[in-house]
Amino acid sequence: MPQTIPLSWYLVLSAVLFALGAAGFVFRRNIITMFMSIELMLNAVNLTFIAFAYHLRQVDGQVFAFFVMVVAAAEAAVGLAIILTVFKNRATLQVDEIASMKN
Amino acid sequence: MPANFVPPSGVEYIRVLPEIILAAVATLIMVLEPLTPAPRKRALGYLALAGFAGALAGAAAAGWRTGPAFSGMLEVDGFATFFRLLVILAGLLVTLVSFPYLRREEAESGEYYALLLYSVAGQTIMVSAADLIVLFIGLEISSIASYVLAGYMRREKLANEAAAKYFLLGSFATAFLLYGIALIYGATGTTRLNGIAQVLSDPRMAPAGILTGTAVALMLVGFAFKISAAPFQVWAPDVYQGAPSPVAAFLAAGPKAAAFAVLLRVFMTAFAPLTGRWLAIMWSLSLLTMIVGNFAALLQTNIKRLLAYSSIAHAGYVLVAVTAHSEEGVQAAMFYLTVYVFMNIGAFAVVAYFSRKGERYVEIEDLAGLGVRQPVLAALFAVILLSLIGVPPTAGFLGKFYIFQAAVKADLLWLTVLGLLNSAVAAYYYLRLIVIMYMKEPGDSLLELPGMAVSTRAALWTSAAAVVVLGLFPALIR
Repeated sequence: MPQTIPLSWYLVLSAVLFALGAAGFVFRRNIITMFMSIELMLNAVNLTFIAFAYHLRQVDGQVFAFFVMVVAAAEAAVGLAIILTVFKNRATLQVDEIASMKN
Repeated sequence: MPANFVPPSGVEYIRVLPEIILAAVATLIMVLEPLTPAPRKRALGYLALAGFAGALAGAAAAGWRTGPAFSGMLEVDGFATFFRLLVILAGLLVTLVSFPYLRREEAESGEYYALLLYSVAGQTIMVSAADLIVLFIGLEISSIASYVLAGYMRREKLANEAAAKYFLLGSFATAFLLYGIALIYGATGTTRLNGIAQVLSDPRMAPAGILTGTAVALMLVGFAFKISAAPFQVWAPDVYQGAPSPVAAFLAAGPKAAAFAVLLRVFMTAFAPLTGRWLAIMWSLSLLTMIVGNFAALLQTNIKRLLAYSSIAHAGYVLVAVTAHSEEGVQAAMFYLTVYVFMNIGAFAVVAYFSRKGERYVEIEDLAGLGVRQPVLAALFAVILLSLIGVPPTAGFLGKFYIFQAAVKADLLWLTVLGLLNSAVAAYYYLRLIVIMYMKEPGDSLLELPGMAVSTRAALWTSAAAVVVLGLFPALIR
């Protein structure tokens, strides 16, 4: 008898991935690592979309996942360019050292 | 091609006319940019100005033919038309302020104007979205273009820092918004705003409370970042301080108004059946935002930072109107956002002009004596500051009046009282600017103050006039 993995497993997995990404963003101090954490969060969201789309027998969720990928790619292009200019000007990628504005 | 595919009709193209014009002109500028010699880059700016004017006409034309477009992905109604006109107008005024600024900083180029146009195109898509997919795409078009604009002065350390912070925190917020969208899609099986409302209000189909509750909370976090509501406001002061002044004016006007428009649309239509569950959160969000914005603004010495905190506080006032969750509240929010766009662009136009090359003079004390040296400019700035306080007969007063009236009708007495106390606190830091401008002896900062360029002057006069005219004749836009 073929067994399928229940929806809840996918949801728990993506929730864990999302939380890992969020924790990485908050606790890591290197801009590139923080950016990678955001990508992890986006992919956790994609997994949720795909799991729901499969569960609902719909194509909408899968289409949404494609849009998320496109946007993530555009964001990566812009984000890495910004990170590059930061590195050129300061020769560091540690966020604690990139904080020259104060209240 | 699926059998049931219906190609879009001609009228649907008219409904997306502003987006078509904005995107086409932006792309045209990108193509012309490498062909334009450096001294003639200004021509691309005029082209952008024409693009914004065309888009205004396009939005008006679309407003005559209201209705859905592209299989219901967009909904061009009165609400969408209002915000489309508002964000395009914001883009136009910012372009005017940018002309002399970019020339002074020797940074004139086509991509600046193209990015402005793209960002505004994203905002017009956002405000007319009827589906969460379109909403997300519009939000990202707007955001990605603004990340680049914030770091446009790529050799300036502060601009780099601003862009990096804006980008990281903006993408972080987007991830939360997306996760919320994914969960609400799973709970309801649709991404259409009215479809979601239908499922949520039907007790037979009611999805699990924990799923919808989490989705609403996550989406609210995403929106709160975009409108810089406390406790998600930390990025705003740094970004506004580091970004070029015209860009700061833009970021506090267009993207913020558009984000409020989608917040209103999503929470008033899709999540209307869940009002009882998000109302308390919205209540505390608005109060916290007002308090953080106003009290932090008291301590600032940098004008751009002060205006950033003031913009946070104003987001708090608009959130009071959202908390009222009534037709009246929505109208109050629309009026306030319009007035705020003008006040904000006017104030930043003064900063952009006054700061001089490299933005050297951005401290509050630098304004000393401006009232004597430049009486007209100082008077216009004072009108805008008085409107930010909310002094009658300016539009800032009426805006606050409508918001708190809606709040009282919705039985939000405590929020109204605390909000009014907050606006009293706000009077202090705006009045301090006026006092320094008029009562202090001029210092070094006023040496070699050039005349104000015609285009900045036009933007400033428009803003100040709008603030006064809307204060006297609010029926013009209500």
